[in-house]
Formats: sequence, C-alpha cells, structure tokens
Amino acid sequence: MFKKGLVLFLALVMVMTIFTGCAQPAQAPAAPAEPDPAEEAKPELSFGMITDVGGLGDKSFNDSAWEGIQKAGKELGVEPVILQSTKQEDYEANIGNMAQSVDLSIAVGFLMEQAMKVGSEQYPDVKFGIIDTVVTTPNVMSVTFKEHEGSFLVGVIAGLATKTNVIGFVGGMDFPLIQKFEVGFIAGVKSVNPNAKVLVNYTGAFDNPDKGKEIAISQFKQKADVIYHASGGCGIGVIQAADENDFWAIGVDQDQSAVSNNNKVLCSMIKRVDVGTYTIIKAYADDKFEGGKAIELGLKEEGVGFSDNGKNVSAEIKAVADKAKELVVNGTIVVPVTREDLEAFKPVEIK
Amino acid sequence: MEGVGFLTILGIIVTASIRSATPLIFASLGGNFSERSGVFNIGLDGIMTIGAFSAVFFSYKTGSPWAGLLGAIVMGGLFGLLLAFMSIYFKANQVIVGTAINILAASLTTFLLVEIWGRPGQTDNVEYFKAVGPFNLFTYLAFVMVIVSYYVMYKTPFGLRVRSVGEHPRAADTLGINVYAIQYICVIISGVLAGIGGASLSIGSMSLFKEGMVAGKGFIALAALIFGKWHPIGAALACLFFGFAVALETVATNLPVPRELLYALPYIMTMLAVSGFVGRSVGPAAGGIPYEKGEK
Repeated sequence: MFKKGLVLFLALVMVMTIFTGCAQPAQAPAAPAEPDPAEEAKPELSFGMITDVGGLGDKSFNDSAWEGIQKAGKELGVEPVILQSTKQEDYEANIGNMAQSVDLSIAVGFLMEQAMKVGSEQYPDVKFGIIDTVVTTPNVMSVTFKEHEGSFLVGVIAGLATKTNVIGFVGGMDFPLIQKFEVGFIAGVKSVNPNAKVLVNYTGAFDNPDKGKEIAISQFKQKADVIYHASGGCGIGVIQAADENDFWAIGVDQDQSAVSNNNKVLCSMIKRVDVGTYTIIKAYADDKFEGGKAIELGLKEEGVGFSDNGKNVSAEIKAVADKAKELVVNGTIVVPVTREDLEAFKPVEIK
Repeated sequence: MEGVGFLTILGIIVTASIRSATPLIFASLGGNFSERSGVFNIGLDGIMTIGAFSAVFFSYKTGSPWAGLLGAIVMGGLFGLLLAFMSIYFKANQVIVGTAINILAASLTTFLLVEIWGRPGQTDNVEYFKAVGPFNLFTYLAFVMVIVSYYVMYKTPFGLRVRSVGEHPRAADTLGINVYAIQYICVIISGVLAGIGGASLSIGSMSLFKEGMVAGKGFIALAALIFGKWHPIGAALACLFFGFAVALETVATNLPVPRELLYALPYIMTMLAVSGFVGRSVGPAAGGIPYEKGEK
C-alpha cells in the first residue's frame, strides 16, 4: 500500500513540474488589468506591446521594439502596457487581452502573424500593429523592413575587408525573407569586389547554434575570412567560431559586437525595430493610421543600417559604405530582393 | 570549388562528422549500459538536457569548466538514480518513467533559466573547453569511453554480470548475482554518460545553454544503439554515421543534392535503422521487464 501511495505521489509531483513553466505567464494576463483605470482616464490614446517568445531582455528584437514604444509613450504622456509571451500558445490569448484593455495593440515578430489575423478579426473595432510581417485585416497596420538594403551595406564592407576574396553567408531557413539578406549581401560584395566568391549555406534552423558554428568553421576552412549570418540563434555559434578561428563575423538585427569575447564582430546589419513600433504609434496619434496598409522601412527611412560598436571598420571602408547608402537612398542603386533580381543586377561603381 | 581542394572538403567532412557525433557517442554508450542490464532508458534525452544545463550553471558559478563537467556528471547521475529508483524499486513502466524525465528536464531547465538568468531562451556565455587541435576535450574523451565501455562490458566479470542480468535475471539471481545492485549501477552510469553528453554540447561545442539545444539527440543516440546492435563499438560507429549526415549539410551547397533531403537525412537514417534495415538487431532478452524476485 505504502509503495502504491508513494508511486502515485511521485508521479503527481512529476506531472506538476510540467506546469512550472506556466508560473511566469500567469502574472502576465493580470498585467493589463492594473493599468486599466489609468487607461480609462485618457480614453483617446492607449497602447501596448506583445512580445514574441524571445521576451524582453533578449538584447535584440523585443528590447528594441519596446524602446520605440517607450519613446512614443514619453512623447505622448502615455504609460504603455506590455504583455510577454513565453510560448506560442500565449500569442492569441495575449493579443485578445491586450485588445480588451487598449486602443492600439502592437505585436512584435512574424511568429505572431496567424494569431494577429485571428485577433484582429475578433476585435474589429480595435486597432492593431504588427512588425516584420504583413497582415491584411483592415484594422491592422504592418511594418516590414528592407533587410536587403541593410545587407547590401554590410556586403560592401565585407567585400572591402576581405583579404582572401572568399566571403561566407550563413542563413537560417531557406525562404524568401532570409533570401533577401543573402541576395542583398552578395550584391553589396559584388559591387565593390567583383572577384570575391561568396559561399552560401543554410542551417535549416534558427535555434541550433551548434550547426551555425559547424557551418562557419566549414566556410572558414574553405578560406572565408568574413562571414555574415542571418540565422537568429545559430548566429551565436557563427560568432563563437570567429572567436576561436580568427575570422570576422557580421552580426544581424542588432549590434552583436557584445556577443564576441574577442571583438571579432566586424559590424552588424541592424534593423530598427524601435523605428517600426514608433512609426505605428505616431501614425495612430496623428490620425494617420491606415488599416490594412503595410509600410516598408529601408535605408531612406532609417529603418535598416549598419553599426560598428566594436570599432573594427576602418574609416576608408566606412566612407565607401556611407557613399553606398547615399546611392541607395537616392535611387541610383536598386538593391535586388530575389535571386532572379540578383542575376540581372548590374553593379554600380561606388565612388 | 576552384581554390579549395578535394582534400580540404574531405577534411571538413571528417572533422565535422566526429564533432557532431561526440554527444551522441556519450549518450548511446550510456544507453548501452542501461539496456544491457535490462532497463530501457528513454530518458536519455532529458538527462542530456539536465547535463547541458548543469554544466553551464556550475561553470557560471565557479568560472571553471571543470566544475561544470563535474556538475553535469553529478546531476546526470542523480537523474539516472531517479530513473533507477522508479523503475527498479517501484517497478514502474520504464518507458513512462523515461518520458516523464524528458518532460521534467525540459520544464525544469526552462524554469531555472528564468529564475537564475532572469530570461527564457538562453544563458550568458560561460567558461568552456576550447578546442585543442580540431576537437575539444569531449571528443577525445568520447573515444576513450568507447574503448573503456567495450572493455568493461566484454572483458570484466562485472560486464558479464551486466549482460547476464539483461538476458536472464532469474538465472543470474540464482547464481548469486545481486540483480538490483547491477541495474542500479548501470542506470546511474547511463545517467552520468548522458550528462557528459549534454555537457559536451553546452560547454564543449558552445559556451552557453539554450532551450532545446539537445534537439532530440538522446533519441538519435538510442537509434544509434539499435543500429549498432547494442554493442559499444557498433553504437559509436552508428553515431559517427549520424554525425556524417549532419556534416554533409555543412558543405551542402557544393553538392548536387536538394538541401531539404540533407536536412532530413539523419532522421531518415534513424527510421531505416529502427525499422530493421541493418538486419536483425536483437536487444537484451529481459529488456524493459522489471525483475520480481520471488516470482515464479
């Protein structure tokens, strides 16, 4: 009898541990309830943000988005609300909760595309915003980025910085969004260094740093000395391989120089997610909110660019990159988006 | 491929195969010990996760990867003990206990990640074992462990006892072998090895713990065990083969094969292995059946 009781007890304990993960989000849905009264005091404007599973503190995507929201909040005298998602199942619930308490709910990340579609149809009178993907429901404003333009600039830098004339690209999953990075990057390299060869590999995942590292080492062994990654979490492996093997890595989305222990991040292609969230709120505040519309932020809008917190890019190279930016902004260079575009792409001399 | 010779590519594939096989080798050797003594260890994957997390945690706290390795060994052993306790003392269904450990490991590490580092996802960088030559410490250790496991299993009285317990526990018991003690020891060893396998991912090839970084490697290791016909050397060769499938992807662009097929290759191999492609692969006769002392 005792044994059976103990078995039952231990089994229950084990089952309970499944729910430990839920402890965190349990507080989250409560969050919007508190600011509710404050929200009612200012009925004309209230907004909030829903993170994807990355959550605040990722030193990347979500943190940056929150920065933009806070900036807008400060300017408009509004205390923004935040809901954090810890797993995929939270998305719909969080969007629903947010929509009930604020006028404008912004979801950050293309992972929430489906949940946003459902949520925006469920609450047709509430306004929504989404970053990094396009949702066409009439009450949603979408913001995406011209990653190919930012990648073009780091491609220019890579093309000038390489000594071996071999450059690597490590992608996450092989689909059009990531191909934009690849294509823009190659176009950048070819514009300044037509003789350089670009090795392209995909990891097939965004969360396998191990494989990112393995591929980077493989490219390094094939003489690559600058490697650009657009592979999310796999990039940590790419940068670590750079630390150990003495080549340059190029970061993505945010300035990733801090990821490297030996300052081996040459520069980073940055996506100004904060500009994205700020743009949506600003449009809403100025009564220019256009539901169903998709805005694409490029170099011209300062939505993408490059950063060099590690101070590894020489002044001459930086000058060329700045010049390249100017040419893209004024339309002299049209950066290719797809692999077909790339084949037709004629490099323009950057002077 | 102008500029890069055939030998370079071959070198890349060989070294990458061995690196990718390292965690698998540890886990499948662990599985070998456990299953040879008649206890299925489906929890290998979860114990690897625990090992990977503990290694980073102790390295983070002490600043020494050696402490991390030790932590992974101890925690892996403890989880092995938990599995042994449930499945030997309580005679619980071994598959269910193993599955419970997998779930426990995933949720426990996620929970602790938030408690300790204040965010889900991944930890900070910690001190780790840097590569010496093309490999890090773990890879060299893995090959030593293959030889040691083979020797222990086939050349020592202890190994003979382990195998007899897995084949016919009643006969072994009659001859005065302590069946339960052998099983406890073997399952704890399997936990320790799986823990080291996990550590080889987090403080060997990487320097941090990331949720989901084990990514089913414990199950691939189990498949390798079947593929290798429950033999330490066979299992290690099977692991190298799975590692080879991963390594092929890293040079994929140079091959005239669709990428999707290469991504799927390790899993297709696993399925072929388990579906008896390698010919009859027979496990220990008493595997998975809890031993009851007084039973007729």
